[in-house]
Amino acid sequence: MKARVHVMLKNGVLDPQGEAVRHALGAMGFDGVNGVRQGKVIELDLADGSTEADVTSMCDKLLANTVIESYTVETLGGEMA
Amino acid sequence: MHAAVVVFPGSNCDRDLAVAFEAAGAKVSMVWHKDTKLPSDVDIVGIPGGFSFGDYLRCGAIAANSPICHEIKAHTDRGGYALGVCNGFQVLTETGILPGVLLRNAGLKYICKTVSLKVETTQNAFTETYTAGDIIDIPIAHHDGNYFADDETIARLQGDDRVAFTYTNTPNGAKADIAGILSANKRVLGMMPHPERAADVGHGGTDGQALFRALAGVLTPA
Repeated sequence: MKARVHVMLKNGVLDPQGEAVRHALGAMGFDGVNGVRQGKVIELDLADGSTEADVTSMCDKLLANTVIESYTVETLGGEMA
Repeated sequence: MHAAVVVFPGSNCDRDLAVAFEAAGAKVSMVWHKDTKLPSDVDIVGIPGGFSFGDYLRCGAIAANSPICHEIKAHTDRGGYALGVCNGFQVLTETGILPGVLLRNAGLKYICKTVSLKVETTQNAFTETYTAGDIIDIPIAHHDGNYFADDETIARLQGDDRVAFTYTNTPNGAKADIAGILSANKRVLGMMPHPERAADVGHGGTDGQALFRALAGVLTPA
């Protein structure tokens, strides 16, 4: 069973990397990009029986810094208990 | 004063920090990140600069969950002293011992240069040898030193006299020009600039020396 964790900076937290990407896109002629936010995707290969609560705990304790980041968990193949 | 300097894989200022403590008269023990105990008579824990665990995931995040950090948390919870410099500051925020977080520099570039800091307060064991308002020159060397916390936290830090140092000309986008902050009990200091790199005439500057002398003064048993 796999889970995919998406980690994004919260709204209101400056994302200098996203801003740099937005500038680069503009310079390349891609008009109309109003904003870019860059995040992380973390794929977890989990033992059977892992629960959504386990993944939430992993996110809160390590995978995301909830001072500045929010996360969502997506289950891939199989259902989490 | 007995200082324990923590070494993580990727730490690179651990020996500099140890030398600065020793020069101020401290006995220094180096402590490995997998150690589960600090020396029993330790007065202060030094968390050095560097790139612990390659800055993977987030700067300091993996180090903050290493065995020694549970001990450091217990030490500071008991009212023990700690100094985190650069990556050490990042580790202190990731453990939750200090509030806020260090984001990527606003200009996206790694910055290595000497900057001017203003000593904002001297009401603590780290800066009491300075005079409030002093401008001191201390090197920085970081990619992620852009201090961020919500407005409420910033106001609390300022209101409680917990901002130790500010930049006179902020190089990295840090909110409220913050270069270093203190814990609520003023016994933990986290700062991005490197006082241990300005602690000997051979360094080209000695403005950081007073910080180690201040600690030695407070932590040396009478």
